[in-house]
Amino acid sequence: MMDMSCNIAGVHFKNPVVMASGTFGFGKEYGNYYDLNLLGGISGKGLTLHPKEGNSGIRVYETASGLLNSVGLENPGIPMFLREECPRWEGLDTARIVNLGGNTLQDYVDGALMIEQDEAARRREGRSAIDMIELNISCPNVKAGGMAYGIKTETAREVVREIRAVTSLPLVVKLSPNAEDIVGMAVMCETEGADGISLVNTFSAMKIDIRNRRSVFDNLYAGLSGPAIKPIALRMVHQVSRAVSIPVMGMGGISSAEDIVEFIMAGAAVIQVGTFNFINLRAGKELIEGLEQFMMEQKVNSLDEIRGIL
Amino acid sequence: MSEVLANEQVAEGVYRLAVAGQFAGTMGQFYMLRAWDRYPLLSRPLSIFNVTAEYVEFLYLVAGEGTEMFSKLRKGDSISLEGPLGNGFSRPSGKTAFVGGGIGIAPFYYALGQIPDADVYLGFSREAYMVDEFRAGTTGQVVVNVGGIILDEVDFNAYDTIIACGPHKMLEAVQRKQADSGTKAEVYVSLENRMACGIGACLVCSVQCRDGRKKACADGPVFRAEEVVFA
Repeated sequence: MMDMSCNIAGVHFKNPVVMASGTFGFGKEYGNYYDLNLLGGISGKGLTLHPKEGNSGIRVYETASGLLNSVGLENPGIPMFLREECPRWEGLDTARIVNLGGNTLQDYVDGALMIEQDEAARRREGRSAIDMIELNISCPNVKAGGMAYGIKTETAREVVREIRAVTSLPLVVKLSPNAEDIVGMAVMCETEGADGISLVNTFSAMKIDIRNRRSVFDNLYAGLSGPAIKPIALRMVHQVSRAVSIPVMGMGGISSAEDIVEFIMAGAAVIQVGTFNFINLRAGKELIEGLEQFMMEQKVNSLDEIRGIL
Repeated sequence: MSEVLANEQVAEGVYRLAVAGQFAGTMGQFYMLRAWDRYPLLSRPLSIFNVTAEYVEFLYLVAGEGTEMFSKLRKGDSISLEGPLGNGFSRPSGKTAFVGGGIGIAPFYYALGQIPDADVYLGFSREAYMVDEFRAGTTGQVVVNVGGIILDEVDFNAYDTIIACGPHKMLEAVQRKQADSGTKAEVYVSLENRMACGIGACLVCSVQCRDGRKKACADGPVFRAEEVVFA
């Protein structure tokens, strides 16, 4: 029997395939294409305390092997999520991760508290909808918000510390590849009590409309994802995995079972799949099948045998 | 995977693609198509031009890398389709006008199958295409304008339902004309925003509406004209 499972801060992942925040909604839409309970986990659309309309103008642009996005954290707000989506999440047999963003420190803290209290109330009744918080300090789209927090270690420390203080839920911090010192950032998260690290978010990038002599995006810069970033993301996951002892969720351009194996060999406990969900609506299911196939062919009984071997 | 039956050029840069198979779809819905493996990354949304028992058809304009690749497809080539997606038009009531600007005419041919007496307004910037097909498809009138403003030909007070598809500027003018004409007609626009997932998860095709953001792919692509806030 092959073992693809993994445990992060007491949360069981039946396999390492987790759907990345911002590319999977809250799962509902993809549930029409395959059974979401096959997945290792789902990180929901990034949430802020209050609803956000997101960025104006064009929000997506393709590059060579990559995708620029400028969604700007459009989301229904935490109260709406708790009310409208959590009842469905209660019925899911997969690791359910809430991705938490914020414009201000107070927003982050209030949002985390609301999630904590809502889930605590549910658990008192013997129910559960949320297994983990993924703290987004790295969304590069929100002016004066996510960007600043995820760049400098000491600015980020404040957020991680405050959130750690108000939640007993397992806490994973999602790092920006735009951080000045991504290894230092990860070590700080571990020191401040994070249960895990996820990386990388999108790379801050740009596209110019040369005929109209302006940026394609109203927000000037956009976030680059997709296969184009994979080699850099892999290197960062490797560096961070070696520097911390807490589990790492690796991501960046993963679009095949072979890519997953690379990230696991680089040290990732689990991986996340983002942009590839747009390319293949059944990505989650097919990647898990591909990974099983690989393990069978390579006679790997447990992913622990190959995790962090480099 | 499906098989291309035909892919013929009907005007400069405009192609009519037929894909074999039994496909579903109501008027105004679309499919996400890809005729390549990995790159470009995204599939391309194309609205349904026609559905028969044996095939589905799309009418598309070569506008970038993806549609350029579509234009090179030949009979027998493989293509994958996801769909039908989107809300489509609800069945129009009363006297109906379809107003298409350029490649925006595409969804109305299939719609004539259900509204066979609709009037059709076709506007083109340089060259008219598919006009004979539209003439054969309706018992109503077909008005064609090349190089002018098709909207000027439409009397908004002469209809109960008006549905428009075309460039953003045209749809914005539809909204203005609805207000200025004081028409009692139900007026709809079909949007062509850039999409990624096509199923309502990624929010890149988000539309600013009077009561908040909506998704062009899942809540649309058809919206009430007065609902959309044009930038």
